[in-house]
Amino acid sequence: MGATVGVVLFPGSNCEMDVVEAVERLGATGKLLWHDDSNLGDVDAVVVPGGFAHGDYLRPGAIARFSPVMGAVATFAQDGGPVVGICNGFQVLTEAHLLPGALQKNAGLKFRCGPSRLRVETTDSVLTSAASIGDVLEIPINHFEGNYTCSAETLAELRAEDRVVVRYVDNPNGSVDDIAGVCSAGRNVVGLMPHPERASHELLGSTDGVVMLRSLLAAAGLR
Amino acid sequence: MIFDCHVDVQLRPGISDPQGSTIEKALPALGFDGVAGVRVGKSVMFRLEADDEAAARREVEDMCNRFLTNPVIEDASIRVSASS
Repeated sequence: MGATVGVVLFPGSNCEMDVVEAVERLGATGKLLWHDDSNLGDVDAVVVPGGFAHGDYLRPGAIARFSPVMGAVATFAQDGGPVVGICNGFQVLTEAHLLPGALQKNAGLKFRCGPSRLRVETTDSVLTSAASIGDVLEIPINHFEGNYTCSAETLAELRAEDRVVVRYVDNPNGSVDDIAGVCSAGRNVVGLMPHPERASHELLGSTDGVVMLRSLLAAAGLR
Repeated sequence: MIFDCHVDVQLRPGISDPQGSTIEKALPALGFDGVAGVRVGKSVMFRLEADDEAAARREVEDMCNRFLTNPVIEDASIRVSASS
């Protein structure tokens, strides 16, 4: 039996069905998790999808972080469960302190929407275990606040601990050190601005996201 | 007692401010020369019931740390005064 991937649904999320569709094509079951529910049920992995959770009011992720589901996601993550935040989901995970740093407005105040090339920097994460270091993946981005920033100490720690998961080949948003995605110290929580689920079928122009989703399903299968 | 509270949220020094730099670049086009160091923040105002001013200030500081700012990139300055 395939793994079950819980996909968190906040008011204002808009990529949840894309994630469900993408993981179901790979043989898993996608299960929506309503933000007001503090029980994840029987899931093997959690994805916090893109969108504008709670309207992005105050700051992206600032209000979503207090949704009851986030307490359950934090417990699941502490227990080693695979958790991936995509785009707005990455912002939510930083606000929830499950990942370090913050996502600022893009340099040049440009909303960036289009394909981006990502270099895989580590395979020791739940999103890249099936890839190879140095692989260049073409994955779309679609964001206004994806400019990753963190303190110098945090950056040094991320580098020393090999926790930069993917870097942009051509930095589209001003992110420090070209960072597109990072992972937690336990390597089971990953956040990234690009959307692997939008690169999961030939009709979408790229299938490069599949290796990421397969990595996630492999981690989910171990639960 | 009721207190008027004003929280001024600013990006921390050293954090890039794309809005500030865009405004700074736009000003000369309107003939405003010599402007430098533009920073954009936000302002949050509310009334708060508390026993005294110190208690009100503590409450607002807690709000800032946990919700109104993201301490990774933002600082807050707080003004609290008895509501007239």
